[in-house]
Amino acid sequence: MHFNKCSEATRNPNPTPDLNPNLNVSKTMQAAYFLRAFTVINSASPTSSTMQRRRSIRRAAYASMARAAGNRRAWSRAVLRRLHRGVCLSSSARRVVIRRRIRVSRPREPGQADVLRSLVPGGKAMDFCNLLEETATYIQCLSAQVRRGRKDIRWVYYPG
Amino acid sequence: MSSRRSRTITEEEINELISKLQSLLPETRRRGAGRASASKLLKETCNYIKSLHREVDDLSDRLSGLMATMDTNSAQAEIIRSLLRS
Repeated sequence: MHFNKCSEATRNPNPTPDLNPNLNVSKTMQAAYFLRAFTVINSASPTSSTMQRRRSIRRAAYASMARAAGNRRAWSRAVLRRLHRGVCLSSSARRVVIRRRIRVSRPREPGQADVLRSLVPGGKAMDFCNLLEETATYIQCLSAQVRRGRKDIRWVYYPG
Repeated sequence: MSSRRSRTITEEEINELISKLQSLLPETRRRGAGRASASKLLKETCNYIKSLHREVDDLSDRLSGLMATMDTNSAQAEIIRSLLRS
């Protein structure tokens, strides 16, 4: 299967919303990763609490998103790093700060840029342009993950 | 990607990226056609991401609840089926 990242989102002088063709391929990959994780969760601990299962499913959702996007996006690398370290993914939890040597220059940024940085994984180390690009693919993958989740639940209720 | 750091980023390029973000927002969150300020657009984007995070949480809740009630084989079978259909 030819693997594409979630979107091209490169510095294309003629940006068109033609991000969907690529998205179809990685949607399948995203679903495949999620299914694999879901299977592991299922077989691992039948006696785990709903809370633990919820946490595992949530981690699986973000992991499958990040793995489908691969190493090519900073946000997916950041997500995979956090998962690897076992850091809580919730945005309300205290974050481990990675000290970076890269100096972020912030000319003429709108006020909301910092809020956005706190929402996109790895955002704090990005310059504004990178942040905008990363946000675009992050949103695409997040919404694909949500659509996937809704579908899964719908099929449970209305199979066939 | 590294070449970007060696040149200045133009206002035009930033506007391009911001309008691409605008096109990714759902219809109800776009501030009218055209010239919303960058700040407003970023704010909408932040709100949208937060709502997506909440949805992932909510779906995880529901899925984990379902897992508790279903036997594992049928849960997996349903997901495989929906995967094949998509």
